[in-house]
This record gives sequence, C-alpha cells and structure tokens, in this order.
Amino acid sequence: MSTPRIPTPGQTIGPFFGYALPYEGDADLVPPGSPGSIRLHGWVYDGAGNPIPDALIEIWQTDAEGNVPQAEGSLLRDGWTFTGWGRAAADLNGHYTFSTVLPGPSEEGKAPFIGVTVFARGLLDKLHTRIYLPEHPANTGDALLVSLSEDERATLVATADATGLRFDIHLQGDRETTFLTYG
Amino acid sequence: MTAPTKKQPVETQADLSAEIAELEKLSIEADAAGQARGDEPSRQPLLDYPPYRSSILRHPTKDPRHADPETIELWSPCFGHSDVDPLEADLTIAGSNEPIGERITVSGRVLDGEGRPVRNQLVEIWQANSAGRYIHKHEQHPAPLDPNFTGVGRCLTDDEGRYRFQTIKPGPYPWGNHINAWRPAHIHFSLFGRAFTQRLITQMYFPSDPLFALDPIYQSITSQQARDALVATYDHDLSTPGYSMGYSWDIVLTGPSRTWTEPEEGDL
Repeated sequence: MSTPRIPTPGQTIGPFFGYALPYEGDADLVPPGSPGSIRLHGWVYDGAGNPIPDALIEIWQTDAEGNVPQAEGSLLRDGWTFTGWGRAAADLNGHYTFSTVLPGPSEEGKAPFIGVTVFARGLLDKLHTRIYLPEHPANTGDALLVSLSEDERATLVATADATGLRFDIHLQGDRETTFLTYG
Repeated sequence: MTAPTKKQPVETQADLSAEIAELEKLSIEADAAGQARGDEPSRQPLLDYPPYRSSILRHPTKDPRHADPETIELWSPCFGHSDVDPLEADLTIAGSNEPIGERITVSGRVLDGEGRPVRNQLVEIWQANSAGRYIHKHEQHPAPLDPNFTGVGRCLTDDEGRYRFQTIKPGPYPWGNHINAWRPAHIHFSLFGRAFTQRLITQMYFPSDPLFALDPIYQSITSQQARDALVATYDHDLSTPGYSMGYSWDIVLTGPSRTWTEPEEGDL
C-alpha cells in the first residue's frame, strides 16, 4: 500500500476505564514489604490544585541492577517475576501507590529513572514523564535534568519519605510537571 | 460517601458548536501558515481544547521537553499467552445468554510508523453496551444494563500485528459537557507498541456518525485526515454470514522505537 500512514491520534481515557484496565496486583511490581521493596506514591493534581480521582498512572522501569525486564506475566502477577511494569488507578483522593524497587542505572554512570505515562479524563492524549531518584550522584550528569531550570528539574525528582518515594504529578499550575516528547 | 456535586452545564449544543467552529477556523488558518513554512500538520488532539470542558484544568500549559529516549523507554513490557486467555477477545460470551444489540466483529492491524506489524502486544478495549450504558458505579445514564455484556475485552496481536474482537455495537450516550451533549458511539482502545514511548489510548468510531460534528472530544483533533484515522470501515468480508457485521480498523503507533532486529535466540 502506498498511502501514507497517518499516526492514530490519541483520545482521552474517559471516566469509565475503571472497570476495564485495573486488574488484581497491577500496582505491585514486587510484593509489598518484601526485601528491597519501596512504596512509590503521590497525588495527581489539576490546574486548580484539586486532586484528580480519575487518572491512571503506568510505570515501566529497570530492575535494581539496571536490566530491562523482558519477562512475561505483567497481567498475571505470579508474585515472583519482576516484569518492570505497573498500572495504578488514582483513588478518590487522587492518590496512587506502587510497590516496587529502586531502578538501577541502565549503564554504568547513567541516572536511573522510572518511565511514567499519565492518562486522565479531560486529558486528550497520554503524557510521558520520568521519575528520577533523589540525590542520585548520576543526576548531575543527566542530559535531560541538566537541560532544565531548577524548578523544572524539581518536578522530575522524587522526594524520599519514610516508606520510599513520593512523586506528585501536576497536570497544570505553578508546579506543572515537566512532560516529555521523544520525537 | 457523598456523591461529588456536579456542576450543571448551562451551555447548549449551539454554544458549543459555535466554539468548535471558531477553533476549527483558527486551526485551518494556523495549518495554512504552517504549510507555507513547510511544517508537518499536527495530527494529535489539542490538549488545550476548551469546548471539552474537562480539559481546561487538565492540559499542561508548557510545551513538552524533548528527551532522547533511553534504554527502558525503547522497550515495552512483555505480554504473553499466560497473560491473556483467547476467550477474552469475545465480549459476547461473558453471560449465560446472548447480549442485546448488533453483533459486530472488529479487526485490524497494529502497525508502527514504518508500516511494520506490531506483534504479540496487548490490546485492551472497553465500551458501553448497545443502550449506551457502561458498567460503572459513577455512570448515571438511565439506560438499561445488559446482564450478558460487560463491555471489556483483551487480546494479543498475532504475527501480522492483527487483533480481532467479537462484540456488540455500542450505543451513543449523553454526558455532562453541555446541555444535550451526546458522545458518538465508540470503543476505547489501549495499545502497547515495541517501545514505551509508543503507548496509546484512543477511541474507535463508526462510519458516518451524525454526532461527529457536535462532539468536542472528536473535534479536538483538528486535522480531518487524522480524524478519519479514528473511524472504522464497514468491511463486508469481515461480516459473518447470518451472525455479525464486520468493521475493520488499523492502528498506527508512532514514536521512537529501538532499531528493529528480529530477536535472536538468547537475545531476550
């Protein structure tokens, strides 16, 4: 076929994905409380500072050693296999939680990060961003982080808390998250 | 739990249609100016599209920053036959009886920007029933639920990148964006490509829907060519004799993906 291929446009996830996309164990990349596990959590906010209860967050990350997982079973969740991928629907307070491990660097000296996709009612296409680890020594040499202003950089670096990491997502407003394009 | 207070819309369809027409005019002018400069037309929806009221506080105001995709972003999660039962592709068998409505087959190929099939990737769908009603606790449309239809399905693409679902044609339904707001009939699709950056959630529409011109979600895509890419084609060859009507719809995922080589033994 010689017709040019039009990229299929995105559309909003709408309000009713909640009975379709979430599945048992979707936010647990590792069993909560298992050795090395952390809680990665945060709130999703709109431009008025109100939490968004109908957002869906997906993450995709290397394992603790920095390997890209290529194991099946992301939907199956056998409780043992680390597949690197998770999906969490925000709750009624706009809060999401994952149980996972700190990602390792994909190459020696690279800043490790967790890839994030954000979907929501009212959001007409997905958004991509990254969660970097607080105080990681490789952050200072990371090409993306270095290219950002201090305020922008702060939106991509998680905060350490008692159980792991907190990463809030602001779709709009003073603390608008820096979203990414890969074109 | 108290139900969230819903702001009642005051704008009518005529108000909304006037806003849509104004933005359409601006986008045609902007496209013409862009073409004169040699720009590619934008084919994604405008995230800032006020006629879709819920987008007003939920669109980023800054342009996204360019990032060079790194290792993890150039791979996608791996799904396999342990994840998905082949029966999940048939949405008409969940109940003890046949669901109500027009039985349809929806099939097509998932391709990347180079036209290569996207193999063995997860496709998830969800939709309203034939009366325009979702199974959801916040759904307020007083249309009947169908006990034999959940409206949820999954499959993996095959070696040609093909997916195939057996389902029921969804009905249009009212929503609270403005007075007399109705969504065109649609099926939600969630897709994975060969890279995380190709992740896509979208909606498939049905041909010749009279609601297209009135719907701010569909109209948020300002290129007609790109809008057309969301509309399935009636495909008589996909129809099953004496049973169901066929619709075909291909999906093109773009975005950087790692240099593609056929995986070798021991590569994964």
